[in-house]
Amino acid sequence: MDGSGLRPLAGAAPPATRIGGGRLAALGLGGLVLALLAGALLGPAGVSAAGLLATLAEALGLAPLPEQHARDAAVLGVVRAPRVLLAAMLGAGLAVAGAAMQGLFRNPLADPGLIGVSAGAALAAVAATVLGPGLFGAAAGLLGLWLLPVAAFAGGLGATLLIARLATRQGVTGVATLLLAGIAVNALCGALTGLLVFAADDRQVRDITFWTLGSLGGARWPQLPVAALLVLLPALALLALARPLNALVLGEREAFHLGIRVEAAKRWAVLLSAVAVSAGVALAGLVGFVGLVVPHLVRLALGADHRIVLPGSAILGAALMVLADLAARSLAVPAELPVGVVTALVGAPFFLGLLHRRGAAP
Amino acid sequence: MLIEGVSLRLGAGEVLAVAGPNGAGKSTLLRALAGELRPMAGVATICSIPAPDWPPRLLARRRAVVSQAVELAFPLAAAEVVALGRLPWHGAGGAARDAAAVAAAMERAGVAHLARRAYATLSGGERQRVQIARALAQIDGAEAPAALLLDEPTASLDAAHRAALLTTLRALAAAGVAVLVVLHDLNEAAFVADRVALLSAGRLAASGPPGVVLRPAALAALYGIPFRGRPGDGLLPDFAAAAASPTHRRR
Repeated sequence: MDGSGLRPLAGAAPPATRIGGGRLAALGLGGLVLALLAGALLGPAGVSAAGLLATLAEALGLAPLPEQHARDAAVLGVVRAPRVLLAAMLGAGLAVAGAAMQGLFRNPLADPGLIGVSAGAALAAVAATVLGPGLFGAAAGLLGLWLLPVAAFAGGLGATLLIARLATRQGVTGVATLLLAGIAVNALCGALTGLLVFAADDRQVRDITFWTLGSLGGARWPQLPVAALLVLLPALALLALARPLNALVLGEREAFHLGIRVEAAKRWAVLLSAVAVSAGVALAGLVGFVGLVVPHLVRLALGADHRIVLPGSAILGAALMVLADLAARSLAVPAELPVGVVTALVGAPFFLGLLHRRGAAP
Repeated sequence: MLIEGVSLRLGAGEVLAVAGPNGAGKSTLLRALAGELRPMAGVATICSIPAPDWPPRLLARRRAVVSQAVELAFPLAAAEVVALGRLPWHGAGGAARDAAAVAAAMERAGVAHLARRAYATLSGGERQRVQIARALAQIDGAEAPAALLLDEPTASLDAAHRAALLTTLRALAAAGVAVLVVLHDLNEAAFVADRVALLSAGRLAASGPPGVVLRPAALAALYGIPFRGRPGDGLLPDFAAAAASPTHRRR
């Protein structure tokens, strides 16, 4: 992103040591499993490890559920398991999309929010909340509880496609124009959202406020296939862009010199990121800083090669989101903190620390 | 910058130096030959490859480009930058073949000792040589004569490294690579090139062997200031004469 005033972390050296890729993957996946276990077992309604095993055994048809584990099975089956799995998919999707946007914009401070996802989703979600029953009428009745997520998904994707269209001339997407169009569309969406909030009643304002803070409290099984299809799958597809993104580290012209179809790579990166993040916002509201901070952590630990940064961000994002959600439901029992508050509370100081570290650079 | 009516041949085993005043279209010519720009008329051909019509990946196996002052968006080690040169060969020769190409290219460009250094901590000259190593790794294994295009590669190098780079370019040509190099220093052009092309305002002002093209009178007409000396032997702009006679100032 030339001329944006944001400069890369120029001084940071790649890590001096490298361990084997297989061992690294095993380590990361092991950590993710531990986080998933912690997410499943801990929390206000604790579940014993024996209860988890018994529930798994029953679910797999291996053994009937013993009487004493009935409560554990209920907690896990109805609430905990879908919630932990949704958190993991959401974390993976947001983190990979963040890493892809940073690679595309050639800037470590980029975020899917730049391409309008969050603002567009928020506008549509607020519109659905405030105008829902009146405006959407029959559709609202048909969609029921899905009205808000469907609206948010459509809004996020629509804003991104609008921005991408505005930034594309004769088949070439200008990354600097993409950023500027993103700023303008974000501002427009923000203003329209403000108008709607102005017209909303008190209950709606409270609903909107909590939605914008993000929560996984509504996670149930029916959402999981949606998340797998629209959050996890695009995130996994983004992993295939590791080589084009590596070439873009040198610059767009240089990436073309290296045989990369740069315009196709840009379009796929924007589209897949927008789908993953829009769906994530639709299912859990606005959860910030994961897409920004997680790729940074991976780069600091393992270097900037996207073949490692993208899958590493998926694993670390999943694990951190599960733990953030665990904190969100454990810190203020019997109430729940919005998970977006937790990620911002941890992510923002960390991010400021990063800025401080590179403060010497111009 | 528009270029028009430029007809040039760059053959295998040849070094072609392109020179001319700022804004003459040197970089545009290089970009057209690299396949970045599609000519509105005519063809840009290197080693008989019509660059814009080839699939980028196949083209990248036959021609590498060294741009000016490449900066990285994210911190990579020098060896990782050179390894990016193997991207077009992904799936073609295997990891061991790629590693060998990277090592050989770094050796040849004189940056083997910098392999683990962060690119961002290297000097301008070291970065330039790492980029040249990246380009060499890229065309290592090309089935037919490869082309190497360099945009002012000596700009940030000291005298010793300039000499080393020009010698490397000659050696590459001797090995069958077609080398096109944009140069500002006409002595370097005279030393390294089999043929020199002089561009002026988007047109080919002259082309041919250095001894024929790089004559002080022709250069004075091209650049608008007097030159003295002989090609390859102290051919220099005569700054003192230019300063003394304001009528020679650039148009």
